[in-house]
Amino acid sequence: MIEQQVHARNLVAWAADKPEVCVLSGDLTGSTEIAKFRDAYPDRFFNMGMAEQNMLSWAGGMAREGMVPYLHTFAVFLVRRPYDQLAMSVCYPNLPVKLVGFLPGIMTPGGVTHQAIEDISLMRGMPNMTVLEVGDAADIESVLDVAHEVAGPVYIRMLRGSVPRLFSTPMEFDRVRRLREGSDITVFSSGICTEDTIRACEVLQRHGISATHRHVTTLKPFTDPEVVDAARAGDRLVVTIENHNVIGGLGSAVAERMAEAGVGTQLLRIGLPDQFAHGATAAYLKDEYGISARRIVAAIADRLDVRVDVDDEELSAVEVSAAVDSEQLEAL
Amino acid sequence: MTTSKPSGGSTTPEAPPDSTVLTEQTPEAVARRVRARVLELTLKQDGCYLSQALSSAEILATLYTRVLQLAAVPEPLPAPQFTGVPGTVNPSPSGGRFHGEQRPGLDRFLISPAHYAVAIYAALESVGRLEPGAFETFNTDGSTLEMIGAEHSPGFELTTGSFGQALSQSAGIAVVRQRRGEAGRTVVFMSDGELEEGQTWEAAQAVAHYRLNNLILFVDVNGQQVDGLTKDIMSVEPIDARFAAFGWNVVIVNGHDPVAIEHAVTERDGSRPLVVLCYTDTAHGVPYLDARKPNLHYVRPKDDTDRRELRAALTALTGEQA
Repeated sequence: MIEQQVHARNLVAWAADKPEVCVLSGDLTGSTEIAKFRDAYPDRFFNMGMAEQNMLSWAGGMAREGMVPYLHTFAVFLVRRPYDQLAMSVCYPNLPVKLVGFLPGIMTPGGVTHQAIEDISLMRGMPNMTVLEVGDAADIESVLDVAHEVAGPVYIRMLRGSVPRLFSTPMEFDRVRRLREGSDITVFSSGICTEDTIRACEVLQRHGISATHRHVTTLKPFTDPEVVDAARAGDRLVVTIENHNVIGGLGSAVAERMAEAGVGTQLLRIGLPDQFAHGATAAYLKDEYGISARRIVAAIADRLDVRVDVDDEELSAVEVSAAVDSEQLEAL
Repeated sequence: MTTSKPSGGSTTPEAPPDSTVLTEQTPEAVARRVRARVLELTLKQDGCYLSQALSSAEILATLYTRVLQLAAVPEPLPAPQFTGVPGTVNPSPSGGRFHGEQRPGLDRFLISPAHYAVAIYAALESVGRLEPGAFETFNTDGSTLEMIGAEHSPGFELTTGSFGQALSQSAGIAVVRQRRGEAGRTVVFMSDGELEEGQTWEAAQAVAHYRLNNLILFVDVNGQQVDGLTKDIMSVEPIDARFAAFGWNVVIVNGHDPVAIEHAVTERDGSRPLVVLCYTDTAHGVPYLDARKPNLHYVRPKDDTDRRELRAALTALTGEQA
């Protein structure tokens, strides 16, 4: 099931009883689904123009006065351009400023200037910062509650436009979602990669490779005991799949937990291979950089030295919404 | 927009705004003490941010004694040892407490150039807001009177040592105060070198755009930066025309003239945000340092002659005081 503009509607309803919530736009009001909020609550909407350094520090000032600003712009303009302002005006004082960053990884044809591929790495390394990422409509509908509960700054890797609905329950802070249980491999996926990973795991299963699959929505902190338990479930290989540089994101976070817990299984990190991307459609770029379902299956089969003839039709025929049932069974 | 301070905040809206206290001391006397204390420390610790104190002494002294409407502190506040940064179990309290209880009708004073910390500490001590003896802990391990202050340092409500960020942060504070209808002004002090930062002008345009007419910016235009004279390194003039073009009211004063500094504020019409450009001299009160210009970012006595001359200057300053 594909849905449209989930954040736009959810934000308006969610903020209705929260007078402390205000929204700051970086001249990307339509592009970040906050036009409905602007129209519903004009006195809580501040367009800060194209001046992100000022926007980050300004938000820190507002937070000191009791507001909880939700900053909306493209992720690159929240964490790359105004990094020092974010560090000194927001994160050092541990202020409740929430960054809602759009166009994660390759989710834009806008090319290198618009593609946030190292944002999770930067934000994981920032003291006091909490890092959340959404992968479906249910995540989008619940991420604001999770972010709002955090006393300090939060970075949300957000999706816009058409998004799948994979889950039927709210995301939980620092808790992975369980999608599948298996014993050959363990797969951790995040963000948009989870839908493709669901497809890949189903096809691998049909070829005799059983997978434990977890969807990660909180990238920092990353202390859920289930991460280590799941990592131990796959006998042959642990795989991480992310729409981000393989350095500093999900793959690194899983590697740290595995090493600390003494999980000796080999780790395959799938993601952008430490290079900048370019402008093209998301489907094209996913395949180019190895995070399409087809490339995920091929990479895992190759590492396991198993022959799997990947059939695109078979992959696209996998019912991803089935994860709803799976999720409910496993998590509840 | 309805909002209140988070619980634990120090705002008490019912408190009358007339409980402001301007110190009985003259700005001239406070400025002399600021110079003397920082020069004394420069000799004792064999180096300090002296020139910043020399250029800003009258600005800070006038603000604290004639301009700022701040709640009194019952007695000079102690500055206990550093315990932790924000977000840790036992963070040090805000350095803003030295400016008294925050109230809607009172001013906020936000300091941008954290390298001026020693001058701020000396001024707070001179106007009876910082406990005697605390100043001597300046730049010693474990003291909150750090060389380059952060928001646990006396007088500092914001963390601003990375230049150009305080005006934006202060504007964020001012815009919420404006929406709440608070009468108190938001007063920001910055240095001219920060005008080179692009963020300063992002803030200047946003302050004008949001008509934050209760924001007053004081700039210490001492014309010097680390590498030399500002006009040689990266010229920021014409500062007045630049701010005027951004939609601000601009007043230029002699930054060593307390009466002019005070008048710039009392005569403001409130129709726009106000910037007061205070032109100053980094050797004011210690003319011996004239010969060293423009290499005055951090003054360290180099030889016996320096030490002798600086001691003589200190004697002159303290003699004037007595």
